[in-house]
Amino acid sequence: MSSTDAAPVAAAVPREPSPQLVSATAIIRRWVQTNLFGSMRAGLVTLLTVALLVVLVPPLFRWLVTDAVFHGQSRAVCGAGACWAFVTDRIDMFLYGRYPAPERWRVKLAGLVLATFVIAAAWPRNPRQPLCILLLVTLCPLIASTLLLGGVFGLPFVPTDQWGGLSLNILLTYATIVIALPLGIILALGRRSSLPAISWLCTGFIELLRGVPLLAVLFMAMVMLPMFLPEGTGFDRLLRAIVGLSLFVAAYLAEIVRAGVQGIDKGQYEASASLGLSYWNAHRLIVLPQAFRLTVPGIVNTVIDLFKDTTLVSIIGLFDLLGIIGQALKDPNWLGLGREGYVFAAIVFFICCYAMSLYSRSIERRIAQARH
Amino acid sequence: MARMKTTSGNAALWPMKPAHALLWQGVVVACALTVLIWFGHNAASHLARRSMELDFSFLWRPAGFAMPFQITTFKPTDSYAMALVAAFSNTLLVSALGVVTATILGLALGVMRLSNSWLMRNASGALVELVRNTPQLLQIVFWYVGVLQLLPQARQSLSLGGLFHLNIRGLFVPYPLAGDWTTILALLLALSLVLVPLLRRFLPMRRRGTRWLWLVPAVLLVVLVESLSGWSVPALKGFNFAGGMVMPPELVALWAGLSLYSAAFIAEIVRGSVEGVAKGQREAAYSLGLRPWPTLRLVVLPQALRVMIPQMTNQYLNLIKSSSLGAAIAYPEIVQIFAGTVLNQSGRAIEVMVILMGVFLSVNLLASAGLARLNARFALKER
Repeated sequence: MSSTDAAPVAAAVPREPSPQLVSATAIIRRWVQTNLFGSMRAGLVTLLTVALLVVLVPPLFRWLVTDAVFHGQSRAVCGAGACWAFVTDRIDMFLYGRYPAPERWRVKLAGLVLATFVIAAAWPRNPRQPLCILLLVTLCPLIASTLLLGGVFGLPFVPTDQWGGLSLNILLTYATIVIALPLGIILALGRRSSLPAISWLCTGFIELLRGVPLLAVLFMAMVMLPMFLPEGTGFDRLLRAIVGLSLFVAAYLAEIVRAGVQGIDKGQYEASASLGLSYWNAHRLIVLPQAFRLTVPGIVNTVIDLFKDTTLVSIIGLFDLLGIIGQALKDPNWLGLGREGYVFAAIVFFICCYAMSLYSRSIERRIAQARH
Repeated sequence: MARMKTTSGNAALWPMKPAHALLWQGVVVACALTVLIWFGHNAASHLARRSMELDFSFLWRPAGFAMPFQITTFKPTDSYAMALVAAFSNTLLVSALGVVTATILGLALGVMRLSNSWLMRNASGALVELVRNTPQLLQIVFWYVGVLQLLPQARQSLSLGGLFHLNIRGLFVPYPLAGDWTTILALLLALSLVLVPLLRRFLPMRRRGTRWLWLVPAVLLVVLVESLSGWSVPALKGFNFAGGMVMPPELVALWAGLSLYSAAFIAEIVRGSVEGVAKGQREAAYSLGLRPWPTLRLVVLPQALRVMIPQMTNQYLNLIKSSSLGAAIAYPEIVQIFAGTVLNQSGRAIEVMVILMGVFLSVNLLASAGLARLNARFALKER
C-alpha cells in the first residue's frame, strides 16, 4: 500500500527509459533506485536512517543477545548485557503465578484446550465455524474453569488468589470477552431500538463507561461491588476484576457492533421484513451474521486492547504478568533488574498482540475482496 | 450522515402496537429500577451497619496527608476538597504535557511513515508497531523502573545546553520568576484570549476585517515575557540542583509513557488519513502543475484533516483517561489520590467513586464538546 503511494513523487523524477531486467543484480539495483534513492530527498532520508540504525541497533543487539547472561541463580552472574538469568530462573512464576507446581499441568491443559477452540473458531475456511464459535463461548469456559478451579473429579481445589502470571492475563481476556460480547450485542441493539426508554438506558450506560478510565471502573468494581450485594456475599477478587473489565469492554464492543449493524444495507432489512421475518428472526438470521462478519476486525482489535489492558489488574492487587514481575523485583537476589523483567514482558505481549493484529488485517482484506 | 438516515427506519418495517411498545419499555425500565433499588438497599444496609451515611461533608475536613508533587499550594492541613483540586491539577498538567508532545511526536512519526524512502518507512513502522502492541502500563512502568530509576546521581546528570538536567531525582527545568506586573498581565492575556474570539464573532464586521484583534493577546504575551524579573535556572550546588523547577521521575515517566503510546496511534491516524485521500486528487494537482509541497498543503492536507480530527479527538480523550495509569508509579493524580489515599483514610467508598466518575465524565463531556466544534469547522460543508 505504502509502496504504491511513493509512485507519484518518484514519477516526477526522470528515470532511464525502461531498462531490460535481465539479471538479479539489475532487479536489485532498480529496487534500490526506486525505493531507497527515488529522489534527492529520499536518498538523504535513507542515509540518515542508515546512520541512525548504525548508532542504535548494534548496542541494543549487544545488550539483548551478545553480552547477555542466560542462566544463573542470582544477580552475581550478571555482566554488561541483559541478565536474562532473572527471567529463566523465574519463568514458571511468570507464566503460572503462584499456582501450585504439581498442578500446573492443569493450566497447560486448559491453555491447550483454549488454543484448540480459538484456532477452530478463527479458521476462516472452517465449514463449521459458527458451531466452533458457539462452543468457544459455552463448552470451553466450562472445561477451562473446571480444570483451573478443581474441587471435582479428584482435582484438588486451587483458590483464585493463587492464579497469576501470563496465564492470568489470558484468562482475564478470555473470560471478559465471553461475558462482554453478548452484553455488547444487546447494548448495541438496545441503543438502536426505536423505543426511547430502552435506547436512552443503553446509550447512558455505554457513554458512562466510555467516559471514565478503565482503572476507575476497576477500582469501582473492587470497592463498590461488595457494597451493592447483600451482606456476607463473599465476592472473589478475580471475579470482581472480570465484572469490571466486562462492563467496560461491553460498552466499547457495543459501539463496534452498532457500527457493523449500521453498515448493513437498508435493502436487507426491507427484504427480510417483506419475507415476513419477525424483528428478532431478521436480526438473528439476516442482519447480525452479516454485521458480525464486518465487525470481526473491530472485535479482534478490542481483544488486543483488552489483552494489553488486563495488565491494569496489577494496580488493584492481582498478580498478573506485570504484577508478578514487580513482586519478583523485590527479591534481594535479583534487585535492580526491572529492565530485563519488563523487556521480557514487552516481548511476550508484542508477539501475542502483533499476531492478533496480523489476523485482523487478513480478515479485513477478505472483507474488502468479498465486496468487489 | 446519509447512512444514519437509511438505517434508522426500522420502526416502520416492524411496526409495534403502542401498547406493546409501552409494555416492553415498562418491563425493561422496571428491571433496571429493581436492580438499582436492590443495589441501593444493600449499600444502605452496609452503611447502616457501619453507622455511616451518604455524606459529602468529609470534603471540608482537613486531609492530613502531603502530596509528593503538586503545582498548587496544598498543605496537609487543607481540606479534602483542596486535595481534589491539587490532584486534579496534577492530572491536567500531565495530560496537557502529554497532548503537546504526543501530537508533535505523532506528526513526526506519521510523516516518517509516509516517507519516500523504503528504509525510513519501515524503520518508523517497526517502532510504531512495537509501541502499539505492548501495554501502555508496561511502558510507563518500564520508563519509571527501567530508565529513570537507573539514571545517574545529580553530579553526573545528563544536561542539555546547561538549562535542562536529567538525573535520578527528576528533570530540572528553568522556571520564570514573576515580576511586579506579571500576575495582572497573565490575567489580561487569559481574558483577551477569551474575549477576542467572542468579539470577532459578534462585532458587526466581516471576520477578515477583525483579524488584527489577535494582535492584542500577541502584544500582551510579549509584554508579559518582558515583565518577568528573570528566569531561575537550575544549577548544581553540592549534591543537588538549586533553582529552576524539578519534575519528579514519576511525572517524567508518566509523561514519556503517555506521549510515546499516543504518538504511535497518532502516527497511524496521520498515515491513514493522508493515504486515504484519493489518488486522483494528487494526480490532478500534479497535472495542474502544482509542486509536491503546494499539493500537500493545498490539496492533500485539507482533505486529510477532515478525516484526522475526529480520530485525534478520540486519542486526546484516551490520553486524558490514561493519565490515571500514573497510579501504578505513585504519581499523585486524581485516581491515585482519591481511589487510593482518600478512600483508605476516610472509608467513604461511594462518595469518593461518585466524585471520581463525576470529574472524568465532566472532563470528557467538556473536551468532546470543544473538539466537536473544532470538527464542525473542518467538516465537509455539503451544499
